[in-house]
Amino acid sequence: MSTAVKEKSIYADAFREFAASREGEPAWVGRLREGAFGYFEELGFPTTDEEDWKYTNVAPLVRKAFPPAALGRDEVEVVGVETFVSAEAGRSRLVFVNGVYSPEHSSREALPPEVTVEELGAALAGEHGEVLWNHLGRLSGERGNAFEALNAAFLGGGALLRVPKGVVVEAPVQLLFLTAPGETEAATFPRVLVVAERDSRLDLIETHASTADAEYLTDAVVEVFVGEGARVTHYKVQDEAGSAYHVAATRAEVSKDGTYDLTTVTLGARLSRHEIEVVLTSPGAACHVDGLYLVGDGQHADTHSLIEHREPDCASRQTYKGILDGKSRAVFNGRVYVHEGARGTDAQQSNKNLLLSTDARVDTKPQLEIYNDDVKCAHGATVGQLEEEELFYLLSRGLHPDLARNLLTYGFAEEIVEKIRFGSIRAQLDEAILNRLHARLEA
Amino acid sequence: MLEIRDLHATVDGKEILRGINLTISKGEIHAIMGPNGSGKSTLAKILAGHPAYEVTKGEVLFEGRNLFELAPDERAREGVFLAFQYPVEVPGVSNAQFLRLAYNEKRKHLGEEELDPLEFKDLLAERAKVVEMDASLMSRSVNEGFSGGEKKRNEILQMAVLEPKLAVLDETDSGLDIDALRIVSEGVNKLRTPENAVVLVTHYQRLLNYIVPDHVHVLYKGRIVRTGGKELALELEEKGYDWIKEAAAGA
Repeated sequence: MSTAVKEKSIYADAFREFAASREGEPAWVGRLREGAFGYFEELGFPTTDEEDWKYTNVAPLVRKAFPPAALGRDEVEVVGVETFVSAEAGRSRLVFVNGVYSPEHSSREALPPEVTVEELGAALAGEHGEVLWNHLGRLSGERGNAFEALNAAFLGGGALLRVPKGVVVEAPVQLLFLTAPGETEAATFPRVLVVAERDSRLDLIETHASTADAEYLTDAVVEVFVGEGARVTHYKVQDEAGSAYHVAATRAEVSKDGTYDLTTVTLGARLSRHEIEVVLTSPGAACHVDGLYLVGDGQHADTHSLIEHREPDCASRQTYKGILDGKSRAVFNGRVYVHEGARGTDAQQSNKNLLLSTDARVDTKPQLEIYNDDVKCAHGATVGQLEEEELFYLLSRGLHPDLARNLLTYGFAEEIVEKIRFGSIRAQLDEAILNRLHARLEA
Repeated sequence: MLEIRDLHATVDGKEILRGINLTISKGEIHAIMGPNGSGKSTLAKILAGHPAYEVTKGEVLFEGRNLFELAPDERAREGVFLAFQYPVEVPGVSNAQFLRLAYNEKRKHLGEEELDPLEFKDLLAERAKVVEMDASLMSRSVNEGFSGGEKKRNEILQMAVLEPKLAVLDETDSGLDIDALRIVSEGVNKLRTPENAVVLVTHYQRLLNYIVPDHVHVLYKGRIVRTGGKELALELEEKGYDWIKEAAAGA
């Protein structure tokens, strides 16, 4: 109990200092900040006593009390930013280093002028105030957890993406949140707001990575508004440092005939937690929520997702796959909630896990909550090892046992990988999978 | 090429093979027939090294070497091939990728250069003609969503790519319609050379109309109870297996 109080006071001092440094922002932002911090103090960090956090203990990161990087005085030189940039987004990207926007590494060249891809700090002060005022915190605010409240309290680094009615953005927009560890172990609070207006199209690549191993915290919140008939395809690649903590929330609202496709790739961090919420608010709305987590020795990856069918004739598909090695742990909690009036709902959900080690552990809980009869819903979860018959088949064709095992593991992941549209992400994943398997062979 | 001596084997503690003796020379085709449960498929799987079966007695020499000292993948690289009765689906691994990996494993074993995907594509296109295999099946996951006939053809395609010394075909004819049976059989005939040998494990005689065996063996209760030429298969077709069972019971 005393620990919790102490941590709060550390963040309280940091918050006062941070808020004071944000003079010149519109008054409503200050109020949002204050409100969020008050909410955070009220909630406190979650503990394993709470059902939603039963399997994920954040005490180690709470004890660390990472100070906001924005208050730091570290001057860090960053090299090799280009290696983290997706080739397809070379001229349509915003880069943030330690939570701070880096104009020299960013480019908007490939983006049409009518599209807003703006650093959040500038957007808050500028002409986009109204869009922000209308949307920021609407999905994450009251429904959010303590980490989301903390993110809002330290709001500053991040991006506003707004695609006006009918505009198709050809180049994918990459938001690269890069940590370049300095002397201080710090926290960053990336915040993204996506507003895709009616009949628009946007591809988003959200990348979290680090130039070197270090202990730090990324506390990210992404809110996505998909307008009528609009389509947003969102790839999230979490490749944080092996000693890092990554806690994130992605919340989306999809209007009539809109489509939101999210694919998450979880490779890094000692402890990661991703909370996903997609609300299908009007008839014809649809979403795909897919993911692959690849965790090795000492890693813990938790995905909590909620897909809400509020109105009739919406469709959702969810496929999550996990490959676990060494002493690792994964948590998948996937709820699909079908409201009373949501007739003609079509929902499918699956979570499959491959355990390469006897020390690995998965807690998977797919849940369907259906409050009407006229629905087509299916869900399922599996946890297992490589299939003996498949292995023997490959061996009987002359493949060495290591190669056969790797090929089957690769094949398991492929169902997710092959659906990824961007070659650079596929290549990154292939490499990560092969590296992971290679490391395993050498161990 | 292959010498099986007094082979006994069990699965889950139950004895399935009770003393098999069989010699196969290069250039020969042997058919192993018998009623259901006689041990035909067990024999085929043991030769390939399936982990579910335990050899309790006897030995098998392949080109003079003790086959049981070789792991399943080593046997394959040495030239033993099993066409599965139920080919396994391997999701996420493309047929072409799988075939190339298997082919290159053999090349490496022989000390030859591996083929890159482009070079292999040409070779694969040529070998695919042997079983009239559609090119669209090459980019699909191994056997996934293949029809029964396509799966069996895919087995023979693998045989065409790997060019084994000894090919054991486990009920390759089961589940095939007459056209597929003809294509598969012609494929096997095309792959015959004076240097290799084929073992056909089958319940029915009809496959043997297309692939003509030099020797026919009848397996019953884990033993070879009768051996003859191709006319033995016709006799079985005509009279069924009951007389074999009776003869075995009387003996």
